[in-house]
Amino acid sequence: MASDHNMNLKPEDFLKIGVDEKEAEVIQRESLSAWQDSWQRLRQNKMAMTALVILGLIVLAALIGPLFSKFNYYSNDLLHTNKPPSSDHWFGTDDLGRDIFVRTWYGARISLLVGLAAAAIDLLIGVIYGGIMGYFGGRVDNIMNKVSEILYSIPYLLVVILLLVVLEPSLGTIILALTITGWITMAWIVRGEIMQLKNREFVLASRSMGAGSARLLFRHLLPNAVGPIIVTITLSVPNAIFAEAFLSFLGLGVQAPIASLGSMINDSLTGWLYYPWRFLFPAVLISLTMLSFNIFGDGLRDALDPKLKK
Amino acid sequence: MKKSKSLLLMFALVLVISTVLAGCGGNNTNNGSNANTGNTANTGNTADTGNTATDEKLAADQTLKINLSAEPPTFDPAQAQDSQANTVLKTMYEGLTRMNDETGKAEPGIAESWEISADGLVYTFKLRDALWSNGDPVEAADFVRAWKRVLDPSTDPTAPYAYQLYYLKNGEEYYTKKVTDFAQVGVKAVDAKTLEVTLKAPTPYFLGLLSFYTYYPVHKSVEGNAKWATSKDTMIVNGPFTLTDWVTGQSLQVTKNDKYWDKDSIKLGKIDFSLVNSGATELLSYKNGELDRAGGPTGEIPTEQIPIVQKELPNEFNRKGIASVYYYEFNITEKPFTNAKIRKALAMSIDRQVLIDNVTLGGQLPAFGFVPPGIAGAEGEYRTAVKDSYFTEDLEQAKTLLAEGLKEEGLTKLPTVELTYNTSEGHKKIALAIADMWKQALGVDVKTVNQEWAVFIENRQHLNYQVARAGWVADYNDPMTFLDMWVTGGGNNDTGYANPEYDKLINDAKASSDLAKRQEDFAAAEKMLIEDDMVLIPLYYYTNNSLTKEYLKGVTLDFSGGIDLTRGYLLEH
Amino acid sequence: MRMVRYVANKFFYMLVSLFVLISATFFLMKAIPGDPFTSEKKVPPEIKARLYEQYGLDKPLYHQYFKYLGDIAQGDLGVSMKRLNQDVTHLIGQTFSASLKLGVVAIIVSVIVGVILGMLAALYHRKFIDSAAMVIAVLGIAVPSFVVASILQYVFAYKLHLVPVSGFKGPLYYFLPVAALSAQPIAFIARLTRSSMLEVLHADYIKTAKAKGLSWFAILSRHVLRNGILPVVTYMGPMTANIVTGSVVIEQIFGIGGIGKQFVEAIGVRDYTVIMGITIFYGVLLMLARFITDIAYVFIDPRIKLSGGKEG
Repeated sequence: MASDHNMNLKPEDFLKIGVDEKEAEVIQRESLSAWQDSWQRLRQNKMAMTALVILGLIVLAALIGPLFSKFNYYSNDLLHTNKPPSSDHWFGTDDLGRDIFVRTWYGARISLLVGLAAAAIDLLIGVIYGGIMGYFGGRVDNIMNKVSEILYSIPYLLVVILLLVVLEPSLGTIILALTITGWITMAWIVRGEIMQLKNREFVLASRSMGAGSARLLFRHLLPNAVGPIIVTITLSVPNAIFAEAFLSFLGLGVQAPIASLGSMINDSLTGWLYYPWRFLFPAVLISLTMLSFNIFGDGLRDALDPKLKK
Repeated sequence: MKKSKSLLLMFALVLVISTVLAGCGGNNTNNGSNANTGNTANTGNTADTGNTATDEKLAADQTLKINLSAEPPTFDPAQAQDSQANTVLKTMYEGLTRMNDETGKAEPGIAESWEISADGLVYTFKLRDALWSNGDPVEAADFVRAWKRVLDPSTDPTAPYAYQLYYLKNGEEYYTKKVTDFAQVGVKAVDAKTLEVTLKAPTPYFLGLLSFYTYYPVHKSVEGNAKWATSKDTMIVNGPFTLTDWVTGQSLQVTKNDKYWDKDSIKLGKIDFSLVNSGATELLSYKNGELDRAGGPTGEIPTEQIPIVQKELPNEFNRKGIASVYYYEFNITEKPFTNAKIRKALAMSIDRQVLIDNVTLGGQLPAFGFVPPGIAGAEGEYRTAVKDSYFTEDLEQAKTLLAEGLKEEGLTKLPTVELTYNTSEGHKKIALAIADMWKQALGVDVKTVNQEWAVFIENRQHLNYQVARAGWVADYNDPMTFLDMWVTGGGNNDTGYANPEYDKLINDAKASSDLAKRQEDFAAAEKMLIEDDMVLIPLYYYTNNSLTKEYLKGVTLDFSGGIDLTRGYLLEH
Repeated sequence: MRMVRYVANKFFYMLVSLFVLISATFFLMKAIPGDPFTSEKKVPPEIKARLYEQYGLDKPLYHQYFKYLGDIAQGDLGVSMKRLNQDVTHLIGQTFSASLKLGVVAIIVSVIVGVILGMLAALYHRKFIDSAAMVIAVLGIAVPSFVVASILQYVFAYKLHLVPVSGFKGPLYYFLPVAALSAQPIAFIARLTRSSMLEVLHADYIKTAKAKGLSWFAILSRHVLRNGILPVVTYMGPMTANIVTGSVVIEQIFGIGGIGKQFVEAIGVRDYTVIMGITIFYGVLLMLARFITDIAYVFIDPRIKLSGGKEG
């Protein structure tokens, strides 16, 4: 292979670099914990930081935005439906004359809540489940994998309809419905990563030094799989937000008059050409949120990965 | 690129169609003889085409493109039970009579003529020389067979609309096996071309019912072949068109049937049905020229776009009132809705016109009664003779009534009202608007609850609700179809309403063949239902909103919004 | 030999999972209110009773369950309860063929575009191309598919008249639904590829390969791509299953008679046999996809041992 190369090197080709013996001993890099180190690298990533700032602003606006308006998200004004933005209604009004400014921020609050809650649950269950599957392999993996496959194959809509019938139709029910199968993708990604990592030398080394399974899994394997996990989470949030929008598309989303960004877009979609403001504000906001989540996720991934250290 | 393609296509079509047109010319001469068969509507159309040379030129390509939004679950007339099936079956079959949508009267179909006995019970039909699509003659036995299939409980699966034939003598008894000999049932083939039908009770609207799909004949090949209606190859029909293509969930195509007895009145060569279940897509396809007609009853124009297309395309937009009513019903067995005053207060505090102008947007008519306009009365329309002035929108009176009602119930404030609707953009908007009106007018807190369709129906039928959205479409053209559902224990009475006086009025009307007397009974019953007891809150009478390209003519809607495509034709465009 | 045992083992597990899936779905479906004969206009009780009898719905639940298992064991998925007398297999066949055609094209497009975008981003890490590729990829997931579909319809069909608004009758009809369908997988694949390729690019064996003087192309194709694509392969299983099982949103908006739309409709009207039939079909499809993924893993990454046997 590559060893066939004949390089013909002579001793003169090598140059001795003078190294000060003392200087060599000095630790030049400031000693940082892994997290400080990551944070430092994240801060240098302008795109990611911009995304983080935008996310922060969105969250802030979602929390306090509605306070700036004299309207609320549920009161109708049937004589002023579908009005374009004005000094009164900053984002215009919708098909029932409700104020879109308030509804957009209120909807953002609901969407973020749904997305973050679902992603957090996905992360927790998915990482533990996937980690165990990938680490132990063999029979454990086989059975757990089958269970996840079966869960994944059960018609999701049936589960959602049943949940909505059995439980009170509320935000909690929607979040629950979203996480029932949402964590499985995460589990599979983690499993794939762990399977790949577990035969690496550093794992063997740690194992031979007597590290237990839990230590191996949580100290060595999972931290090294953090890249794909972060990528999956940053997709989990939008996925959950979109899944709620999809349920709205089928009419099974949040109960009206509560708004979510997805349901607002869905409601406005049939008339988006004529009443663009009804569509534009929630659509731009949802896209901005997704965009920021993803870009920030990418930055975070780069920052967290110790192998990318320069 | 696209233009050159369509040019080529046009050229090919012109070649093909020119031969067809030659045939059409010959056919026109036959129209004169059709006139004396009594089919006046078609004679009218024929007169139009007589002018073709001057101002109406038929397009070369007579393919009608329309969206059906949902696929009919079956093409077996005995099994059908929805409006999509109605639309398609109407193109493929013909019953003893055909409805003339313009006059609202039943006209001769497969039956050439008929006699009705003095007591209104025995109908004797003389069948014309009509053929099945395979060339067999349509005979009286085909009707007997079809009706026996519907009424026979051992037909597998049994006909869900079997009760539509309970008008026949011993029809219900045969289904419930009280009578086991079909010869006892009121339908008999006297000879190949004579059918004798005996009814249980006089039924003024029976001739109209005969045009309904459950009454269509079926060909003898259906016997012993349970799957005959699942493939276009085994479907032998007697109507103007035959099924020629069917891609599950995607498209249907029917093609002109040359064996149809009145084929000369049929100008369309093909009807292409797409199955797009999205109003927005349908409208865009229509505007893009991929459809010749959009909107109800086969599809829908998105509510919010109705006022827009009305302005944008005034010459293509059509609106027609149809005999259906939208209402909210109460579970009157659950407190506090046991109290009629509270129910009335809620009914009176809704501003229907505001609702229609700003929320439903389809030009519907505010409803203050239960029987919609368009339903036949003793003479002319029922709604013209009996005004729906059972109550008025009156906030002050509503407040007084609510206060009185609450006092009677020993309450100080109305507990949160649960208003249930089934998943739909339209129902949601109406519910939210009304909830807000009640809140503003009466200070009543309302929780709107969206339920998946089947869950909703189950809950409503089991009286597991407080106030629920409902709608009723006429089954036949008579006030009875709206009023007999509210009798005690009636199958569709989901309110728990039980009023012996009401029951008596309905029973009297059922037994009577005196049209004026029936109308009085109906009026008294409706007054009881709405004015006295307010079992339900009428909201509006439906309209059908549609867009039709200016070159498409001859497509008609009947009183309840059923569409007849068979006599349509396309002008050059 | 080991492979045979591995495959046999997998198949056994597949059968067991299928059985669990069938049972779970069966009881879940029965637990939901409503049945195939629920209708707004109530059917008289004697007719409803007859319908129940004919479809065996009058029998106790366990009876229905075992009868269904018996039918399945004989490979009989039954007839639809709502689309009268239509075979469930026929319905699945017809609707799946539409979804499959669309899905295959969408998968090919997604993988090609996704991997290329991801590779470009990784190779030009922290350069302009990286950001551009990622923004394009992210846009795919930043906009909900029903919005993408509606905008595509408006721009390309209505305004530009390039393609039809809806329907599924020829090659031209593929463009919009495929574009709408692959937006999200492209984004996912691009990001996964970028992420794992970055990792691989910094791995020691790549440095070794570089040091050995291997050409960039050889390094890329032999090492980077092969290892970097692993997570994509993991994702391919569920993604393939996801896409070919049809998207209700896309099929509904573009009027395509696919299996996704059919399934949602069947659930809506409680068409029990069709719900079960499609569930089983989906289940088998998904398990096969996972199975193939596992096998593919073995071929792509020799370090992963067949997990059917004991660990060495």
